[in-house]
Amino acid sequence: MTTTHHHAHHFASANDEFEAAKQGMWVFLVTEVLMFGGLFVAYGIFRGLYPDMFHEAHKFLAVNMGATNTLVLILSSITMVLAVTATQRGRRDRAVLFLVLTFLLAGCFLVVKYFEYAHKFHEGLLPGGYFVNQELKDPKAPLFFSLYFVMTGLHMVHVLVGMGLIAWLFRRTARGEFGPQYYTPVELVGFYWHFVDLVWIYLFPLLYLVG
Amino acid sequence: MHDYLTHTRGLRSWLTTLDHKRIGLMYLFTVLAFFLLGGVFALLIRLELFGPGRTIMDAATYNKIFTYHGAIMVFMVIIPAIPAAIGNFILPMMLGAKDVAFPRLNLASYYIFIAGALVASSALFLRGADTGWTFYTPYSIRTNTTATLVLAGAFIMGFSSILTGLNFIISIHKLRAPGLSWSRLPLFLWALYATSIIQVLATPVLAITLLLLVFERLFRIGIFDPAIGGDPVLFQHFFWFYSHPAVYIMILPAMGVISEVIPVFSRKPIFGYKAIAYSSFGIALVAFIVWGHHMFVSGQSELANFVFSLLTMFVAVPTGVKVFSWVATMYRGRIRFNAPMLYAFGFLQLFTIGGLTGVFLATLAINVHVTDTYFVVAHFHYVMVGGAIMALMAGLHYWFPKFWGRMYPEGPARVSFALLLAGFNLTFFPQFILGSQGMPRRYWDYLPEYTMLNRVSTAGSWFLAAGFVYAAVYLWRAMRAGEPAPANPWEANTLEWQTASPPPHDNFATAPVVTDWPYEYRDPLVPASASRSLP
Repeated sequence: MTTTHHHAHHFASANDEFEAAKQGMWVFLVTEVLMFGGLFVAYGIFRGLYPDMFHEAHKFLAVNMGATNTLVLILSSITMVLAVTATQRGRRDRAVLFLVLTFLLAGCFLVVKYFEYAHKFHEGLLPGGYFVNQELKDPKAPLFFSLYFVMTGLHMVHVLVGMGLIAWLFRRTARGEFGPQYYTPVELVGFYWHFVDLVWIYLFPLLYLVG
Repeated sequence: MHDYLTHTRGLRSWLTTLDHKRIGLMYLFTVLAFFLLGGVFALLIRLELFGPGRTIMDAATYNKIFTYHGAIMVFMVIIPAIPAAIGNFILPMMLGAKDVAFPRLNLASYYIFIAGALVASSALFLRGADTGWTFYTPYSIRTNTTATLVLAGAFIMGFSSILTGLNFIISIHKLRAPGLSWSRLPLFLWALYATSIIQVLATPVLAITLLLLVFERLFRIGIFDPAIGGDPVLFQHFFWFYSHPAVYIMILPAMGVISEVIPVFSRKPIFGYKAIAYSSFGIALVAFIVWGHHMFVSGQSELANFVFSLLTMFVAVPTGVKVFSWVATMYRGRIRFNAPMLYAFGFLQLFTIGGLTGVFLATLAINVHVTDTYFVVAHFHYVMVGGAIMALMAGLHYWFPKFWGRMYPEGPARVSFALLLAGFNLTFFPQFILGSQGMPRRYWDYLPEYTMLNRVSTAGSWFLAAGFVYAAVYLWRAMRAGEPAPANPWEANTLEWQTASPPPHDNFATAPVVTDWPYEYRDPLVPASASRSLP
């Protein structure tokens, strides 16, 4: 059974506290949108300035790996939803299972990303001043890889944070701290995880499929 | 009964507190410490400019000193001063709540702020920074000073600002006392709400901008570097997309303080309650679409210049609504000349000059003439110091009895107000003239014909310093041993005054219920006809 959760003294009820927490998470996600928004604006401006360079440079990204990762993240969003539902219905074993699956899918994303990055490093497709690839002749091409690494890198940091949060949820779920009466952290990490997924849904076509 | 100051004891109980009142005071002392540091740098700047040529330092040192002054005053003083320090203490009390919505997040914001401030300040002990607080590229990419640390520090402090804003927004939505509808919400809270929206929407853009600049310095990513096709002007767009709204993060809470002080000390209902409340949102909205006025000579297209010039003038509309409403509130009131009201007068005088010269600067033809001159320096000091710091002083005196349960001494407060008002005008008014005559800002040296006015300005800075030091002395003494304060010394109606001074740990002995708006002030000597409307 789940332990009962006592709401903090400054809220009138547990439901008020839950609503406040949810609203807070939405506001936080708005700030995330604006932070990534800056990068998308930079992307838009440079793509507008150098469309041919973007077309040439994007051919050096591995579409199959990007597509795999898109699929992996969408799957992880599904398992996250299932974990939230299982918690709400008080089915702890299912919740634990889906949290583990979500965590593993996130790990899978990172492994694919690792091979992708390693390949780029190997070929000298590096940001700005470190760019040494001989095949890609356009003098502005380093900019594309600056954007690629900063955008996917910042996204990857978010995936790592998400994995940390999911691990924390796993621990607390296994201890039986969540149930139909109290599942705020599970729901909120769910919001966050879908956001991380959504950012990738935009990054993938913009970077890998621009041509 | 124990109050919040004696609820628990010892340094540890302060450093780990979740009480919004204590966190507010920790912010206050931190901010004041940085104000002292930034103020010393300001005095050094003025001392160097006492005469042409070298006075006390070389040009490279001067570049660092004005960078420190600007960065400290913007990021570590004015942005957190009213919202994070006074706001943290007062906001939950005005709501009739026991705390902010997320107390642990609130304490985390404080430590994030401290971490950022320490990272940024560590540059002082290394090779410093000489980019100015605006970090313009490409120079900020190339400088061999430790600018990266200042950038990283500002990046970290940004999260503190975001989280405080988030906390305030949710608190105002979810923690209002029964009966405290939006149309009864004190104007200080409307102002903090508008401020929080800007903090939440603009600061993330600064975060990504500073991050890109750090990467620029560490990994040469080239996004702002013209050498590989990047765009240095893009940095300016990004930077001002945050930093212009940030100007309103600094002034909106100040306007909120003034909106509380003026009706209380005029003993009259506030004039134009809704207009003042909504104009805060008007300012917040316009804040996001005027950033280009910082870039009239940066190679922006003429069309963009025209549009930004026009939009900038719209700022004057909601601002004017506020100023006229405050003046109309005082009209036929029974004004009490306590220190908070004196500072509100100071605010009105200085902010009006600062605001109107802002309209001059929005005018393209004038702007091109005075861009990067002392005219601009004088303008924003009239708004930031004359506006924000005057309101901070008004707020510190107004809520002083609530913070400490003691009264400040009225006599010394008048002396320090006089010193500050005179010192401020003496320091910054000559800079309008210097600027209109073409003296450029941020230069270490100047032509001999500018000497006289620079001397006046430097002398004024000493009066300003004397005023602040004197205020610090009497406020410190009053905090330790002032006259005990009653619960509601100003006969004010907002909820923070309806509980003991200092308040108990949980703010209110019994949960308050609100039945009316807070501005129903009546003085038996004021005819009823003067209270509601103008003749």
